[in-house]
Amino acid sequence: MFIINCPYCGEREQSEFKAGGEAHIVRPKQPTELSDDEWAEYLFMRKNIKGIQLERWVHIHGCRKWFNMVRDTSNDQIHAVYKMGEKPPIK
Amino acid sequence: MSDNLRTSASKFIDQTTRVSFKFDGKTYFGFKGDTLASALLANNVHLVGRSFKYHRPRGIMTSGSEEPNAIVQINKNSSVTEPNVRATEVEIYDGLEASSQNCWPSVNFDIGGINNFLSPLLPAGFYYKTFMWPASFWEKYEYFIRKSAGLGQSPAEPDPDIYDHNYVHCDVLVIGGGISGIMAAKISAENNFKTLLLEERPNLGGTTIYQKNDYFKINDQYSSNWLEKEIEQIKNLKNLEIKTRTSVAAYHGYNYLLARENLTDHLPLEKKKNLIRQRLLKIRAKKVITATGSIERPLIFDNNDRPGIMLSSAIKKYADFYGVACGKENVLFTNNDTAYETAISLNNKGIKINAIVDIREQNKSDLTNEINKAGIKIYNSYTVIDTKGYKKINKITIMKLSKDGKTVTDSKIDINCDCLGVSGGWTPAVHLFTQSGGKLKFDDNDNIFIPSKYPSDQLSIGSCNGNLELDDIISNINVSLKNFLKINKTNFENLKINSSKSNSKRNIWLLPSDKTVSKTKAFVDFQNDATAKDIKLALREGFRSIEHVKRYTTTGMGTDQGKLGNMNALGIISDTSNVKMSDLGTTTFRPPYTPLTFGTIVGRNVGEFFDAFRKTPMHNWHVQHKAKFENVGQWKRAWYYPKGNENMHDAVQRESKAAREGAGILDASTLGKIDIQGSDASEFLNRVYTNAWSKLAVGKCRYGLMLNEDGMVYDDGVTTRLSENHYIMTTTTGGAANVLGKLEDYLQTEWPELDVYLTSVTDHYATASVCGPNSKKIISKIIPNLDLSDENFPHMSFKNAKIGNIKCRVMRISFTGEQSYEINIQANYGKSLWEKCMDAGNEFNITPYGTETMHLLRAEKGFIIVGQDTDATLTPIDLQMDWIVSKKKYDFIGKRSLYRSDTIRDDRKQLVGILTDDPNEVLEEGAQIVADTSKKPVEMLGHITSSYFSPNLNKSIALGVVKGGKNMMGQKLFIPMKDKIINVKIADPVFLDKENKRLNA
Repeated sequence: MFIINCPYCGEREQSEFKAGGEAHIVRPKQPTELSDDEWAEYLFMRKNIKGIQLERWVHIHGCRKWFNMVRDTSNDQIHAVYKMGEKPPIK
Repeated sequence: MSDNLRTSASKFIDQTTRVSFKFDGKTYFGFKGDTLASALLANNVHLVGRSFKYHRPRGIMTSGSEEPNAIVQINKNSSVTEPNVRATEVEIYDGLEASSQNCWPSVNFDIGGINNFLSPLLPAGFYYKTFMWPASFWEKYEYFIRKSAGLGQSPAEPDPDIYDHNYVHCDVLVIGGGISGIMAAKISAENNFKTLLLEERPNLGGTTIYQKNDYFKINDQYSSNWLEKEIEQIKNLKNLEIKTRTSVAAYHGYNYLLARENLTDHLPLEKKKNLIRQRLLKIRAKKVITATGSIERPLIFDNNDRPGIMLSSAIKKYADFYGVACGKENVLFTNNDTAYETAISLNNKGIKINAIVDIREQNKSDLTNEINKAGIKIYNSYTVIDTKGYKKINKITIMKLSKDGKTVTDSKIDINCDCLGVSGGWTPAVHLFTQSGGKLKFDDNDNIFIPSKYPSDQLSIGSCNGNLELDDIISNINVSLKNFLKINKTNFENLKINSSKSNSKRNIWLLPSDKTVSKTKAFVDFQNDATAKDIKLALREGFRSIEHVKRYTTTGMGTDQGKLGNMNALGIISDTSNVKMSDLGTTTFRPPYTPLTFGTIVGRNVGEFFDAFRKTPMHNWHVQHKAKFENVGQWKRAWYYPKGNENMHDAVQRESKAAREGAGILDASTLGKIDIQGSDASEFLNRVYTNAWSKLAVGKCRYGLMLNEDGMVYDDGVTTRLSENHYIMTTTTGGAANVLGKLEDYLQTEWPELDVYLTSVTDHYATASVCGPNSKKIISKIIPNLDLSDENFPHMSFKNAKIGNIKCRVMRISFTGEQSYEINIQANYGKSLWEKCMDAGNEFNITPYGTETMHLLRAEKGFIIVGQDTDATLTPIDLQMDWIVSKKKYDFIGKRSLYRSDTIRDDRKQLVGILTDDPNEVLEEGAQIVADTSKKPVEMLGHITSSYFSPNLNKSIALGVVKGGKNMMGQKLFIPMKDKIINVKIADPVFLDKENKRLNA
């Protein structure tokens, strides 16, 4: 079980958090102007990387804030956490 | 014949306190401090069980948690019985009853022993190969396989014991209280680290604590004497907590570990009562030091499993620690110096050693010299090729090994013995290290896997790190702990250490014999009866991956998880397939390291604490009025209120009729309530619901449907505009938490520019919903000064009101199709509100109804229940609810998905009404709907989602989803059941009052 450093609350047990999938997938501003394929790209396509992945988490049993995380999915090392709207601290 | 093999005193055993216990019904005596194994051995009982597959007689083989054979059932036929317990770990107490497993009628005469003679018919993969055909016979096979499989018996009654969970935090966790762990704990605690030391045995000190050998000295004292003083010292250290009888079961990422602390298993039955039996420690450690030691390996040769064949280190422990001689005529068989340590111990105690068989060509060390001086015969370069003795070993046969170690030569020599100690070297206990994600590397010199890459802030020390000699252990601790704890020095840097060194090694994974392998039974996994022959067969049959060989042969899959035999299995695979050990790797070590009882895992979360449940403020009223409850999410909701001898059907029919003819009242407090405020609240609702919200006037209510981005219905409910920028949203009972989470997600991540604030107020309000033709009269009695006229307070509107001086919100909304008022009041007045309604409604025969009646009433009106009639595969269009999807709005969650190529198909499953030809036939929910039963396989068109007998319509009604159902109005279809086919036809889903006249009746 991870220890996650919530950007608002500090270090907490993983059981206080919920994972929310890949980060930085922006909801299209004008969905009605997208083709089926473009909409499907937003709706369904996720990378599922083995290695460094940017992902969304929410401190659901805490401050209920969403934030982003840089996690290596191959060894579960969390390299960074950052607030929504901020740029990832790595490339 | 005296069978007392307690040959010497031992300070670890209290020989003044006799303990009486039963094994297989016979009473024996041991001493306080004995394990079941040591006490049985003292009584010269070696035969304690039968093997899993061949039912071969098996004896105690080890002295620890790695024991594969001596697994017993404790306190059989009682509620506290426990199967598969290792006799080597059970501390005896007065009244203990243990029995052998896997044998019938007894361990001495076991019918299943015939399998041993049938063994040529039971090769690796026997079950897979034999019980495959014909497939339809599987159920018959299964019955017999289950009967003969398995070891102990699980308890048949609930576990009466108490178990606890504790959270533990420390700076440094030290796992293992042997010499390495004790030194590490001392260094850590003295350097101001809050330290926790865990040891699985009842005492600290590991194997060193009974080491009285001139060749292992620290500061000119026996290593045992030196360590004893260290243990006394650390007991007083402020920063150190020590827990014995505590075994680490799992080592997860981020230094999160689970350990089982055993508190009462060693106590007599009457003293255990009302005490916590075991604790599951959930440990979060900043740093972890693993000092789990190593496990001696057996040697693999023909018939190496007879009772009396034991690990040499176990024989030494039984002699030195328990004062028990495991045999009167001992022989040791080894490839390293460990057996010589055992020999010196036995010799010093006057226990007879007939010979030592050593596969090494020669060996010159202090230990071997000592044995030579004692005049004990050493057979160098010899190997055991066979053993004799059915229920206990009585003879071994040895032959000379060829130079390359692949064959045997010369003549056979027989040696009598009643106990054979074997030593194939040592395997570091790296299980916890690898569980944590650590990577191993293979050490070709010692033929062991040792830790190489740490995944977290941790360190392995001692023999689990591959430091097998005393001086190596101590010098490595000094170096690595300074680095690990970032300290300048340790207290152990100037110790004077005498440590016997042996550099002579000869490792042969599978020892040769005069017979071919296929004619031998050389056991690799003793518990699962996997032999070298089985492994070779698996390789011949094409299995290559170590994980596949493991599963095919079941090597390492017993309750001991291959602690003893895994390395030998790997070695044999490596030799046979010519793959280097380092390339072969190991199988995965999974938690728990030693088995845990379910009781420990669940702790106090049993009975009503298994899952938290929520009660409404009116709950006690429902209980007093004999309501039956159903679980909805975590809520306990009143299901129906039976009167007298009514069953559910009767009660629901009565409640449903009353609600439409007089008045009904429902506890609707469990519906999710979200308070929405902010200047962009209307815009927010526009984006999350399918219909338009901007034009909803203050004081009005509107029903809304919420979708996922994939266009599928997610939740529904009525939202009321309380003031310009203030709404109250209701959600389904089960969906409340998820809906709030989803709305917060959109607000925080997609639309942070919106000025909207969400607050869950589900628990803040209690809700009573009064419906039926008399509802208006009842409400007017409770709130006399509220104008309830249809002009002032029409359907789908809301008023603030007061009951006495308590504020409440009244919504005129309906889920039943009847005229209906929902009163929301501060939760702590909920019961009082309910009772007021009941009093006021008494003259109108107001009838409380539960969720079942609510479901029936709404089905009569064709209203959906999200999660019952929908299952995340239905769009609003599929539900024939096109009217609620705004065409004008530019966007809302899920809008774009409503015209994807998949969602606009005509043949999607669509919600329709279903009527049976026989009005008294009530369909089963979930029943399949078909059009043609003649063509096989029958095409499933859909299924029934809701079905009731409607007392108000006096006929059976149902809702269901049917492919293309929208265009099949009136069409005849069939519901095939087990014993009949029911004729139905598709109907309008609104069965009652399509014109909504009753809302204003």
